[in-house]
Amino acid sequence: MVGKIVINKELCKGCALCVGACPQKLIVVAEEINSKGYHPAEFVDSNGVCTGCILCALMCPEVAIEVFREEKT
Amino acid sequence: MMKVVFERPKSMFPVPTHYCPGCGHGIVHRLLAEVIDEFGIRERVVGVAPVGCAVLIYNYINCDMYEAAHGRAPAIATGCKRVHPDLILFTYQGDGDLASIGTAEIIHAANRGENITVLFLNNAVYGMTGGQMAPTTILGQRTTTSPLGRSPKREGYPIRIAEMLATLEGATYIARVAVHNPRAIIAAKKALKKAFEVQINGLGFSLVEFLSPCPTGWGMSSTEAPKWVEEKMIPSFPLGEFKVPKSEKSVK
Amino acid sequence: MGEKVLITGNEAIGEAAIRAGCRFFFGYPITPQNKIPEYLSYRLPQVGGCFIQAESEIAAIYMVFGAAGAGARVLTSSSGPGISLKQEGISYISAAELPCVIVNVMRAGPGLGGILPSQSDYFQATKGGGHGDYHLLVLAPSTVQETVNLVMDAFDLADKYRNPVIVLADGYIGQMMEPVEFKGRPPKELSAKDWTVTGAKNRPRNLIKSLYLDPEELEQHNLKLHRKYLEMAKNDVRVETYLTDDAEIIIAAYGTVARIAKTAIKILREKGIKVGMVRPITVFPFPYETFTEISEKVDDILVVEMSLGQMIEDVKLGVCGRANVHFYGRVGGMVPTYDEIVREIEKIKRSQV
Repeated sequence: MVGKIVINKELCKGCALCVGACPQKLIVVAEEINSKGYHPAEFVDSNGVCTGCILCALMCPEVAIEVFREEKT
Repeated sequence: MMKVVFERPKSMFPVPTHYCPGCGHGIVHRLLAEVIDEFGIRERVVGVAPVGCAVLIYNYINCDMYEAAHGRAPAIATGCKRVHPDLILFTYQGDGDLASIGTAEIIHAANRGENITVLFLNNAVYGMTGGQMAPTTILGQRTTTSPLGRSPKREGYPIRIAEMLATLEGATYIARVAVHNPRAIIAAKKALKKAFEVQINGLGFSLVEFLSPCPTGWGMSSTEAPKWVEEKMIPSFPLGEFKVPKSEKSVK
Repeated sequence: MGEKVLITGNEAIGEAAIRAGCRFFFGYPITPQNKIPEYLSYRLPQVGGCFIQAESEIAAIYMVFGAAGAGARVLTSSSGPGISLKQEGISYISAAELPCVIVNVMRAGPGLGGILPSQSDYFQATKGGGHGDYHLLVLAPSTVQETVNLVMDAFDLADKYRNPVIVLADGYIGQMMEPVEFKGRPPKELSAKDWTVTGAKNRPRNLIKSLYLDPEELEQHNLKLHRKYLEMAKNDVRVETYLTDDAEIIIAAYGTVARIAKTAIKILREKGIKVGMVRPITVFPFPYETFTEISEKVDDILVVEMSLGQMIEDVKLGVCGRANVHFYGRVGGMVPTYDEIVREIEKIKRSQV
């Protein structure tokens, strides 16, 4: 797994801009809703293909996504 | 071990925004905060908030700020900058604020070559008040005050602020960018950094016009709005740098 | 340092501002105050100050907003139509509690009106020409020397109350030359301006704003502003009473008209009619008590204005029915002459018998 993202579900307003931005289609709109009633985005990367390319985070108007990348030791 | 490669910029308060889902303001706020952090100028930046959706920008950006009357941010920024020329002044204005009631102020601030940076959010409507027609509403676009779609005969043409201001010698850097997809956002940040650089180097007036999605005002979903920017707005508002500092020209 | 110079009121206003430490002026051409920006356009650079002729009076008042918010002493001046354009800005400046000095060299209105002197902007200045519950501290000089003194006081009062102060001059005062002395004055100790926007360095950031979406918060803010106006009424009312001790009839007048009234009073006293005058110097806060007291001693008060009767309403509030309040006014730039005032007093005198 080269990269991963953490989505702050409370900040997310379910606009799904990140969903379209992810080249690997690793983000879906969750079933459950957050305290404001939005369906937040959810990171699903069972095969660990995320590269930490930050395109999702660039698109996020709520700055709700943090991106991590494997440190090349 | 995982290293963070993208996180909330320090100059941005860790709070939710009041903006609608998919609104471009949040993206531009983040770019602004990133640029402030990267230049390390938070402690000498003073912002001027508009009247419009972004009136509450001071809830999100951690620096000294004024809240201007509608359209008057450039005049306020002028007053402040003249008192403290060492400060970095930015105004953050929407299309109703800047291109309608505030046209005189923005034209003359640019013409005086005021050493300030203007972030001009063009989302083709008045957002805060519920989606009325703005000077940048494009032809055929329906809004709550151009219900039949904007027609030149009735409502005139969309105003191209970037091109207009670029004709003024006082303007040093004028660019139009967009924030509807990652590539455009990366280019937008580059332009914004250049604009602040112009001010930091005391080269004069800089303005970046951001084409920004407004799903609610356009009556679209948050994922349709960026397409509308690409297919409808950009043809009316071509992206590009309309004025660059002379020194840069010779460098190229 | 107090040298005496022969100078127009307009230029004296500019010099007084500089002597009060004002280093920023934002204005726009409009007769009859043009000499103020003209004078300051070369004088301010001499003292390291900044002069901008803005694109409109609206832009000018918001440049004042910016400079005042940055902690500077700042002046703007205009005349009727320009002051009207500034009203929204003045309301914002009052709401944001920014100190600044505004000079209105009044001319005849309404509309484009004329360029000769008048006092027809009294309501606009004292009852608030802009939106919301706010007040300016309003000073009304009657001579060029007094204008100089009041402009210098205005900067201290603006800082003291963190409120805009307006000086109500008129075309006469602005364009007339009189000998003036610029007396040095000890700097007033005023509280530090820790609320300004100067870059949030080693302190939490400051905001200069007036939006309060929460009604309770906005009510508290309004009440805070209101307390200032009550303070002004308590501490800073200024009024001149002239020959009122033995007076049987009182003239109420301010500014240029008060000077004319003094001539009329001299003539009337020579004719054996004892007339005195109450001259408000602050028209906000208005000297109501002075009129209350005076109305115990006389039966008739003649209000004379270069308008169709505006200050008369405040006089009546002070008199509260205890005396007859008469009015004589000239408008359109016509100025009441002393013999007209003498004639009006004699009419009242005859009605007293």
